Amino acid sequence: MATEHAEPNYMGVFWWLLALTIIEIAVIYMPVARLVVVILLVGLALSKAALVALYFMHLKFERLTLGIIALTPLILCVFLILMLLPDIS
Amino acid sequence: MSEAAVMHSAVEPAESPLTPESWGKLGMWIFLAGDAMSFGALIVGYGLLRYASPNWPVPSEVLGINLTAFMTFLLICSSVTMVLSLSAIKMGDRRGLRKFLLLTILGGLLFLGCQAYEWTHLITETLPERKLSFSTHLFATTFFVLTGFHGMHVTGGVIYNSCVLAACLLGRYGAKHVEIAGLYWHFVDLVWILIFTFVYLL
Repeated sequence: MATEHAEPNYMGVFWWLLALTIIEIAVIYMPVARLVVVILLVGLALSKAALVALYFMHLKFERLTLGIIALTPLILCVFLILMLLPDIS
Repeated sequence: MSEAAVMHSAVEPAESPLTPESWGKLGMWIFLAGDAMSFGALIVGYGLLRYASPNWPVPSEVLGINLTAFMTFLLICSSVTMVLSLSAIKMGDRRGLRKFLLLTILGGLLFLGCQAYEWTHLITETLPERKLSFSTHLFATTFFVLTGFHGMHVTGGVIYNSCVLAACLLGRYGAKHVEIAGLYWHFVDLVWILIFTFVYLL
């Protein structure tokens, strides 16, 4: 709609989402350090979120500024975490 | 000038700055950015409460991962049917729009049904067994607030999609409206992906 582009391969994205979900579930049973599990799960979750945002919500084909609007809450949440860390006791 | 000339010299409506084809689309994106902050605040709050707690139970031992994995799969499928319904209406395929939007609504309803079952099981059996009631541990509070807030969004989305489907069937709504509803539904799916990871798996 925003720019003329070939339609994304929706089923292809679906299979990726399914695969990443299965990998996520497998990761929690892996005999690795907790930190590795955390990093892997966060990475996998963000990848799935990016796939939905870029292809299902068509962010990839919109203007860059809209992408910045969409990304801002994530950046603000990282700030939120950092600013609240000192209050953990 | 003649009256006709005055009428036809009216100013063109302004285009939405980032999404020239639709003001509603920009409005929805801005709403979603704000809604993302609401969920973000809840998830970050949950994370910090959990991190600061000395005796937080392991979620995969209390919560049913199998059912929730199925629920995740369900929402992902409903996101696919949603985007396929948009694809259909863009090509003028009204039957496709009907079929896929209906499937999306059914997917949402099935998700809510599973969540109702999950909640009932937790409240009546699992949580009392493990002495994890609202009054004794923040695990219950954070879980139900987070999944409940999301469940409310799914409910709203099901109602929203139903209204859009009805209006499309009456010939009053088109691709533009389906696209905007799609943005909301994909957002709900996206948030669930994050909740599934941070509340159930981590």
